Amino acid sequence: MTDTRDPSRRGFLTGALAIGGGFVAARAGAETAPDPAITELQPWQQYLGEGVDARPYGFPSEHEAHVVRRNVPWLTADATSSVNFTPLHELDGIITPNGLCFERHHGGIAELDPGSYRLMINGLVDSPLVFTMQDLLRFPRENRVHFLECAANSGMEWRGAQLNGCQFTHGMIHNVMYTGVPLRLLLEEAGVRTSAAWILAEGADASGMTRSIPLEKALDDCLVAFKMNGEALRPEQGYPVRLVVPGWEGNMWVKWLRRIEVGDQPWHHREETSKYTDLLPDGRARRFTWEMDAKSVITSPSPQAPIPHGPGPMVLTGLAWSGRGTIPRVDVTLDGGVTWTEARMSGPSFDKSLHRFYHDFVWDGRPMLLQSRAHDSTGYVQPTKDALREIRGENSIYHNNGIQTWAVNESGVAENVEIS
Amino acid sequence: MSRSPELFGLTFGGIAVVLGASYILADQFVVDLPAPARGGVPLVGAASADEVPAEATVQAASAGTETAPSPSREGDFGLGRAALPEEVAAWDIDIRPDGQGLPEGSGDVWTGEELFVEQCAMCHGDFGEGAGRWPQLAMGQGTLEGPDPVKTVGSYWPYLSTVWDYVHRAMPFGNAQSLSPDEVYAITAYILYLNEVVEDDFVLSRESFAEVTMPNEDNFYMDDRPEVELARFSEAPCMEACKDGVEITMHARVLDVTPEGGGDGGGIDLEGSSGSPGDAAPEPAAAPADPEPAADPEPATEAAAAGPDPALVETGAQVFRKCQACHEVGEDAANRVGPHLTDLVGRPIGSVDGFNYSAVFEEARAAGDVWTEEHLAEFLADPRGTYPGTKMSFGGLRKDDEIAALVAYLRSAGAE
Repeated sequence: MTDTRDPSRRGFLTGALAIGGGFVAARAGAETAPDPAITELQPWQQYLGEGVDARPYGFPSEHEAHVVRRNVPWLTADATSSVNFTPLHELDGIITPNGLCFERHHGGIAELDPGSYRLMINGLVDSPLVFTMQDLLRFPRENRVHFLECAANSGMEWRGAQLNGCQFTHGMIHNVMYTGVPLRLLLEEAGVRTSAAWILAEGADASGMTRSIPLEKALDDCLVAFKMNGEALRPEQGYPVRLVVPGWEGNMWVKWLRRIEVGDQPWHHREETSKYTDLLPDGRARRFTWEMDAKSVITSPSPQAPIPHGPGPMVLTGLAWSGRGTIPRVDVTLDGGVTWTEARMSGPSFDKSLHRFYHDFVWDGRPMLLQSRAHDSTGYVQPTKDALREIRGENSIYHNNGIQTWAVNESGVAENVEIS
Repeated sequence: MSRSPELFGLTFGGIAVVLGASYILADQFVVDLPAPARGGVPLVGAASADEVPAEATVQAASAGTETAPSPSREGDFGLGRAALPEEVAAWDIDIRPDGQGLPEGSGDVWTGEELFVEQCAMCHGDFGEGAGRWPQLAMGQGTLEGPDPVKTVGSYWPYLSTVWDYVHRAMPFGNAQSLSPDEVYAITAYILYLNEVVEDDFVLSRESFAEVTMPNEDNFYMDDRPEVELARFSEAPCMEACKDGVEITMHARVLDVTPEGGGDGGGIDLEGSSGSPGDAAPEPAAAPADPEPAADPEPATEAAAAGPDPALVETGAQVFRKCQACHEVGEDAANRVGPHLTDLVGRPIGSVDGFNYSAVFEEARAAGDVWTEEHLAEFLADPRGTYPGTKMSFGGLRKDDEIAALVAYLRSAGAE
């Protein structure tokens, strides 16, 4: 399988394996020949680099060119109504860089001009209002870190192990610090009538994306956001304004937000009836499955990130999250679930945010079956895929939060598998 | 250095903003340098109310060209202005299951069929059976409990209002909100007819709307995970000697369904319709290691310089967005709903391999017709008038300058 990888990555792995082999044998002794990386004068030591004008908006090293969002072309009919995936296996920490946040569009990327941007609030309010960008920037704002997970993340795995890489099995997620105005303040400005119970959030894109959201959630923790990780939202993430609906399925986080309507019942629009409803084995379907259940995945080692060295000390790492709170604990197993160990959590623990875990251990070089299991702050424990299938069958597409297994062989190569 | 043009676009698009802000930042950088020594910056926290005016001022200054703040009004902040009734009417087009929001109008099944064939069938099939990976709209009744559920308007959608609302707001794909209320009533009536929900003499109107009940309405229920799953999945888990043995029961079924490889193997659709990758539209030939996209919608600068006016080509690239839902152009362009348009100018009509042309284009090809710039302009102005019977649903470009720009763009894109 390595022959299908990009050359830079393959080169890296080959080199790393060679070095790893040397490491095992030669740790105690000296290298037999001096390392030219040290003894030879390197060009960057000798010649001047680019000045400060060369990269007014910086971008990653050319050696990181393989770290990109990727599409699975056969999934959808057309790239303008499709999805690509965050390269989780290449990232660390908890924040997703803006350019790597997965994209899901239903009518392509809308290119809005902030000068003509308007946000309307209408329906069951005392005063239907229109806000400009300028107006929004005059409300008190908040900063919060939240994950956004597509309800269909891992949806291709309901019927069994299928896609070989956590980018594809779990990459419909990103975690960003949002700056925005609490939706509550905008609704209060318009004056919500007592009969109100729902809002409809609407996007300005060519799909006219709409979702019904209960008023209680809208008044609780939703944000009308205009910044991600400090800078303006990227066009593909809803520039200039998107809705943030913490802990709830990504489709509700309406991008290019142009209108909030207040009403007394849900609208039952396309994305909450024909899509984003969960078909169960009896032919009936759950609707309004908004919250994202606790979930985790080991991002390295994983099929796209094999172990690049031989036996010895190594780092296993992954991500965990819950739409119902924080992640105080993650368990990992190296033997397919016979024995579990608590992983080490590292980094800030925010409500409804990604959490980073590590397991540092000495690999004996034998095959492993790796799994991780998230516990959230409500006491929920991430179930196995089989436990989910017992209740939900295999046709529900959405909300697959089952435990993921990677089989790692003696060479450190990992594969997506299911186990007994 | 192989980076996608999209990223370059973002990079260059961001320059003006970054430079605009950098002057301020430069000042602040000097002043704020000791900040970390003061104990760092909290990562998260609500801005306290008294910080807000200063922040807002900086933001307002960088916002640049925007209009002056709206006049104050009664309320907590007095921000924003009253929405005018015409403005609300322009944007508030949503329909609810009880029919709230439906405009006056009506349409019958047979008018709907004509419109459907013209506007919808290239993706959804003449009878709503769906083409390729595009959604199937009809039939599928009785499949929801089986291994391959087919979720269509008739078999799955709980409310008729959803169909009306979605067709009106988002269809045809790539030409949203172009259908009149009467046309939406007619198309909706035809979709109901295809699903055997109504007879062929049915006329859908605001008045008859309430008579229709969708067959699957009662099979949806509120999320019951709190009752069914949460307690079950909140038990203390086993940590040691949890099982006697472990076997691998399934390997990533077909390794090659990951984009690194080919496109064979089974799978389910992100959007929920059944199918396998084998049904997929032709795949772009781009190697996975190559971050270049399969099709580059931007004209190559060299080609543009040697050919038509670059500004015209640029305008044409914008106009081409109207075509992108169905056509690709550029080096690796593939056939989609419509044939690829690479090297279109000068190409014999109806000559792309592997594309299933309308009969009228087959005839044109047999007659030896070629896409000259003039002929293309004529076609773009009135597709169905020029080639009666074409499957292309696009109604045509009204403005001559848009046609000229699009032709220039297609010429330059072909010259890559």
